[in-house]
Amino acid sequence: MAEVSLNNVVKRYGAVDVVHGINLDIAHNEFVVLVGPSGCGKSTTLRMIAGLEEISDGEIAIGERVVNHLAPRQRNISMVFQNYALYPHMSVRENLGFSLKIAGRPQDEIARAAQDAARILGLEPYLDRTPGELSGGQRQRVAMGRAIVRRPDVFLFDEPLSNLDAKLRTQMRIEIKKLHAQVGTTIVYVTHDQVEAMTLADRIVIMKDGHIVQTGTPLEVFERPVNTFVATFIGSPPMNLIDGVVDAGAVRLSDGSALPLPTRTGPIRDGQRVTYGFRADNLMPEGHGPAETGPVATIELPITLAEPLGAESLILTEIAGVEVQGKMLTPRPTRPGEVLRFQLALDHCHLFDADTGVRLGQ
Amino acid sequence: MSRKQKDILTWLATFIVMLIICLPGLWVVLSAFRPNGEILTKPAVWIPRDLSLDNFRAIFGMGEDVVGIPVASYFRNSVVISVTSTVIAVLIGMSGGYAFARYRFPGKGAAFLWLMLSRCVPGIALSLPLFILWSWTGLIDTQIGVIVVYTAINVPFTVWLTEGFFRQVPRDLSEAAQIDGCTPWQAFWKVEFPLAKSGIASAAIFAFLTSWNEYALASQITRSTDSKTLPVGLMDFTAQFTIDWAGMSAMAVIIINPALILTFLVQKHLIAGLTFGGVKG
Repeated sequence: MAEVSLNNVVKRYGAVDVVHGINLDIAHNEFVVLVGPSGCGKSTTLRMIAGLEEISDGEIAIGERVVNHLAPRQRNISMVFQNYALYPHMSVRENLGFSLKIAGRPQDEIARAAQDAARILGLEPYLDRTPGELSGGQRQRVAMGRAIVRRPDVFLFDEPLSNLDAKLRTQMRIEIKKLHAQVGTTIVYVTHDQVEAMTLADRIVIMKDGHIVQTGTPLEVFERPVNTFVATFIGSPPMNLIDGVVDAGAVRLSDGSALPLPTRTGPIRDGQRVTYGFRADNLMPEGHGPAETGPVATIELPITLAEPLGAESLILTEIAGVEVQGKMLTPRPTRPGEVLRFQLALDHCHLFDADTGVRLGQ
Repeated sequence: MSRKQKDILTWLATFIVMLIICLPGLWVVLSAFRPNGEILTKPAVWIPRDLSLDNFRAIFGMGEDVVGIPVASYFRNSVVISVTSTVIAVLIGMSGGYAFARYRFPGKGAAFLWLMLSRCVPGIALSLPLFILWSWTGLIDTQIGVIVVYTAINVPFTVWLTEGFFRQVPRDLSEAAQIDGCTPWQAFWKVEFPLAKSGIASAAIFAFLTSWNEYALASQITRSTDSKTLPVGLMDFTAQFTIDWAGMSAMAVIIINPALILTFLVQKHLIAGLTFGGVKG
């Protein structure tokens, strides 16, 4: 069993705190993705779990063991680095078997383990090549193979796909997911790419400025972002946000128009300044999406621009002077300036406090 | 101009340049194999008539003419001093270079600058203070005395060269090795050292050549067969009124050879080392 738990973990460089006492419990075999913009402390957190960075305060445990003072080699972890970190002077076979060789395992066991890893990752034809003779995707697979061979308690991935092109990234994403299904080890994965986070994670941990902002399943963080940061960071395109003031059961916008309150809203009072949020998927031209079962608000809006994506089109329009995006699920040609009747699904709209950005209500 | 003419001109130019570079060396080598008389003939005899190994026999005390110069001792001193000072300089240079490349510490930039500035001081400018210091400490005319000096000369250079090489080895590799079960020490020897090998090898060769060829300082702090190196020993061939050019040339060939052989053996590393170093600055 390899749970990972972080208790009030702090990382300090001199007088500067880069990770501010985070708490996180990762279950055995769980796939957790730490996501956030650059400089949010996600990589530092991963490196602290790996033992590559010392912890300034707090406690990290892997399984039953507190590992604060253990060297990386004593933690029984594996890590896949952003730039692969393959040993350039060794063949793929030697790279794969390196950890077992260091552990002093017998030759035949090392050979078998390297062969097994190569088979799982489709690397068998390349076993005798050096990393310099491999493509980016193959190198990435060797890095993963090297991690598997050790049979670690925890896999750590530090932005492993960011050096690959878009097509390969999608492919490797699937391979990583398959790998997790196959070996079923606890995985902590760091990325700044919210698509990777959404597609891979059992649970997403969103970080900002050294704090954990929200933890939850991909759907939870997508559907119930705790604040405007998460709302705009998760999901593509980001959530539309419009400032307004609560006024008699509606939100009055800057141009005097009003949007009905979302169905699930906590206690609010008239005159309260709020930010109204909804995703492109919940603003659809009438007749161009599935019939909405919940309450809707119908608004007429002029199209600024349409972005055809094939199966669907993103529609750019404006509400109260704020540019917002809607979605057309059965696309048809449109022209700029054309006025369409849109349906806004109130079940999926959100209210945030305009000052703090924090979500109001459930 | 046709392509062929261009080729001929290029070869001609190369030949002239190479002639200018190689002629003195060639003359030394030729002189090593012929008698003093022929060397001193005017006009110069370009095509040797009488080649023999007599000069070598003479300096090793085996021929009819015996030159009373303890070449074997000088050779031994040169080997001991050059090898020892190179090994020490490379070990210190490697540790220093690694530290400069990998760790942050107060005064790092200044320390590195001072180390490099020390190379701006011409060695000979230090010969008098060195002489006085070594006389006081009893290091004058000892192998250890020369080894210490040569190590000091070589360390800044080996630090500089290996630092550049270690800086090129991504830090991730050492971290990956540590996660794979290595101690930091193992990670260094199994991963970082093999990757910086070219740089370390070229640092070693340059340090060795510097020590092997150094004359100015050694001529001040060595006196007897206990410590005199080959270049200093060359001066033994000058007497008050005569110079034994033949013997001197033979000894020069003996001095040149190990350096030449070594350079040929490791030229791959040397070139890699030089070009790598050039890129990093």
